[in-house]
Amino acid sequence: MSELLQILDETGKKVGKAPRLKRDVLLQMYRSIVQTRAFDDRCMKLQRTGRIGFSVPNLGIEAVSAGAAAAMDPSRDWFAPYYRDFAMLFYHNISPEKMFDNMFGNCEDNAVGRQMPVHFTFTEPAKFFSISSPLGTQIPQAVGMAMAMKNRGEDGAVLTTFGDGTTSSSGFHSGLNFAGVYKAPIVFLCQNNQFAISCHSDKQTASESYAIKAKAYGMPGVRVDGNDALAVYKAVSDAAKRAREGKGPTLIEAYTFRMGGHSTSDDPSRYVDADLIKKWQKRDPLMRLRNWLISEGHLTDERAEEIAEEAADEMKNAADAAHAKSRPVLGTIFTDVFEKVPPHLEAQMESCIKHHAERDEAVDEKGEFPL
Amino acid sequence: MTELTLVQAVNDGLRSIMKEDDSVLVMGEDVGPKGGVFLATEKLTDEFGEERCFDTPLSEDGIIGVGVGMAMNGMKPVCEIQFQDFIFPAFDQIVSEAAKIRYRSGGQYTVPMVIRTPYGGGIKGGLYHSQSGEAYFAHTPGLKVVIPSTPYDAKGLLIASINDPDPVLFMEPKALYRAFREDVPSGIYEVELSKTRNVTEGGDVAVFCYGAMVPVCTDAAKRIKDSRNKDVRVVDLRTLMPLDEESVLQAARDCGRVVIVHEAPRFCGYGAELSALIAERAIESIEAPIKRVAGFDTPFPNTLENYYMPDARRVLDAIEEVLDF
Repeated sequence: MSELLQILDETGKKVGKAPRLKRDVLLQMYRSIVQTRAFDDRCMKLQRTGRIGFSVPNLGIEAVSAGAAAAMDPSRDWFAPYYRDFAMLFYHNISPEKMFDNMFGNCEDNAVGRQMPVHFTFTEPAKFFSISSPLGTQIPQAVGMAMAMKNRGEDGAVLTTFGDGTTSSSGFHSGLNFAGVYKAPIVFLCQNNQFAISCHSDKQTASESYAIKAKAYGMPGVRVDGNDALAVYKAVSDAAKRAREGKGPTLIEAYTFRMGGHSTSDDPSRYVDADLIKKWQKRDPLMRLRNWLISEGHLTDERAEEIAEEAADEMKNAADAAHAKSRPVLGTIFTDVFEKVPPHLEAQMESCIKHHAERDEAVDEKGEFPL
Repeated sequence: MTELTLVQAVNDGLRSIMKEDDSVLVMGEDVGPKGGVFLATEKLTDEFGEERCFDTPLSEDGIIGVGVGMAMNGMKPVCEIQFQDFIFPAFDQIVSEAAKIRYRSGGQYTVPMVIRTPYGGGIKGGLYHSQSGEAYFAHTPGLKVVIPSTPYDAKGLLIASINDPDPVLFMEPKALYRAFREDVPSGIYEVELSKTRNVTEGGDVAVFCYGAMVPVCTDAAKRIKDSRNKDVRVVDLRTLMPLDEESVLQAARDCGRVVIVHEAPRFCGYGAELSALIAERAIESIEAPIKRVAGFDTPFPNTLENYYMPDARRVLDAIEEVLDF
């Protein structure tokens, strides 16, 4: 059970059987990791200069999202991700500008400026279900999505992701239990990055692994090297195939490490040992994939540098464009509560708009997110 | 005496009572070495060890359920729920268990626990780091609900809550965590539960509020004093359940004009209870319709949060409305 599926070793040398993937797919996987780093870098700059309130660094875990994304088919599958999954969005060509619209909470944000940054929601070009801050709530919901597919006889599957901390939530238990009972076509992907904010994995479970928990729910559990995009692809791809064939769910634990803080406001030096960071720097998921792609003749150093530059420019332009947009109008506070705005909200909306139109007072824009 | 912020006063309150009473322990997500996401439990693990202040698995129902068990068996747990928005997985343990165990066991088993949780807006936290859920809990028989608005009260009310024999939900206004400092005595002291505090004295309008709305209302009171020379009695409720009904009714009778302010949505909000209480028992003294200023009946927005939350301007409008009726 605690065996770790690995295809590329820490240097990018092939040590397992590589899945057959087209060059386009491999390069898209690589590019989505590079884009994630460029997005992180841009967000850190924006947060430090007070332009956005919050982001969650993805550094170190990107291969989990990229490898898993490549194993799913957005034409029939749904995604119920968690907040630290940016590469999954990039892999499926979600527009960086739309992502920045959410980071700024502007008038074109799909969440209409109602959610915090990194709480993305998309239906096109892929079904990325709206992210919730309370943890684990998406897990039973994802099972429901999968049961609906099964009910209608579709061949889709659902991929849901969550961190190691979320395995302690009641959503994890009820989700896996239902999926096991109903053989739902779903893949549970636990991104074990070893820390839930400041709490180490040993505060979450006394099990020898997260993957072993699958046994209790009557499904296979797989443990995979989360810094090896090919291994993650292989594990998720096998699990998705199993789901589509009506054989039920799989729990995958991708063992990785969150190299940054929980968020742009967090200081991990308070609780993470510096040696641990050094150890994991050597396992960088980006360099591992890059070295292998170069050795296979899919990539050159020059092209890799170009991809990095393209991504940096792309993110700067996307952020600038999103920053230039106005905030949502006041009326958006009151819409989407229900399909139709009921009379009491109609009245509150009118009075809110009138109040601010009459005053024309600049509202004090204070407020800083601590975590 | 030391000048402390509200969050430092919470920390000092925990430290003071933990020194005094070995049965007090602190548990929750990130409360250990990190000291809590707002640093309310900073250095408590260093000082008292992991047995007394410890990180838990990420499970709110687990945190509260385990707290209930410890409380029944001789400990006084202070459980932290990182954001009040995250409390709902524990709703069952709070509402069906902690609040009802004394009643259902005829007093054989009791739950002297405190649940600390930051609530309210003001930090750009969007839907899930901003809510004010006090009404859900004040509606629960068997559960006390306490909300401080100053550092002095935060420490004194927290110690009183920990020493209280019943479960207390202690909601901390995160917008005020670092808003100002004031002198806070060292060591142990209590601020009595179920007693309101008059923030300003006045006989023209009674303004009832709590938590982060207290400074907003005080600001509005000052403005109306300057503009119209009217004296507002700003009443900080401090304990929502059990409420100090007599002080509320006294203020309503003395002033004859009432404004109630909270951040939480208006519909079935705490203001509805206050308004009903005053209408039932002091209507003969009331000279204008009771006016509520509240959050809108919508989820909490992010970008537009400062338009959602009641501000001094909205409170002022309500005060003028009851004065001019």
